[in-house]
Amino acid sequence: MARVLLRVPTMTEKGSVIEIRALIQHVMETGYRPNAQGELQPRDIIWTFTCRYGGEVVFNATLSPAIAANPFIAFTTIATQSGPVSFTWEGDNGFAQTETRHITVT
Amino acid sequence: MTISRRVLLAAPGALLLPAPTRADQQKLAAALRDFTGGQPMREGRVRLDVSPLVENGNAVPISVMVETPMTAADHVRRIGVFNERNPQPIVITAQFGPRSGRAFLATHIRLATSQALVAVAEMNDGSFWSQRVEVIVTLAACIEG
Repeated sequence: MARVLLRVPTMTEKGSVIEIRALIQHVMETGYRPNAQGELQPRDIIWTFTCRYGGEVVFNATLSPAIAANPFIAFTTIATQSGPVSFTWEGDNGFAQTETRHITVT
Repeated sequence: MTISRRVLLAAPGALLLPAPTRADQQKLAAALRDFTGGQPMREGRVRLDVSPLVENGNAVPISVMVETPMTAADHVRRIGVFNERNPQPIVITAQFGPRSGRAFLATHIRLATSQALVAVAEMNDGSFWSQRVEVIVTLAACIEG
């Protein structure tokens, strides 16, 4: 499992706009870099990131090799109700990881 | 935007760099056309924040903000970021909706060389807005094997 850093508020007011920051450990090998033998290293990137809030998709991004290693993404969403917020990364070579946090909305 | 001393000092170096080739420009134009579906793009509403002088092209912080209330009647549907001279013109695309609260996206990207970045936003009424920013890169990504 790749290491993940998530900044999600644990408690917030209903209707407030919250900023979420997500970072995951990953090489994001571009597929354009030669290795020591001079051969191109095959592409190995995360190509999609999805955030679900209470089961509903609230944010989705499609990444490319131009995203730096250990992809960092920040975005906002409205705190609608208490519930789970899940983050899913999917990529080459069957990479898939999901992390979940709980938000309490008052 | 005021031109800082730092940018001014780097300017002679930038002048020595080869200008973007026709192929680069066509690649970028084709990627933009893919994103907009050939609809006209207007300047404005989009703010692409990136340092004008980048010391390390391996991880360049960028952020995109779009002026919109993000209501059901007026919101951003998609934001795309494109570049001129990386191996691929596409950087990132993201989906938004009224639940986003703000049209905001931040990430860290790679830049192979000094070049232009373009951020485009698609509004729910089908209009496209954009901003283009020129960036000088002193240490490029992708050169170390």
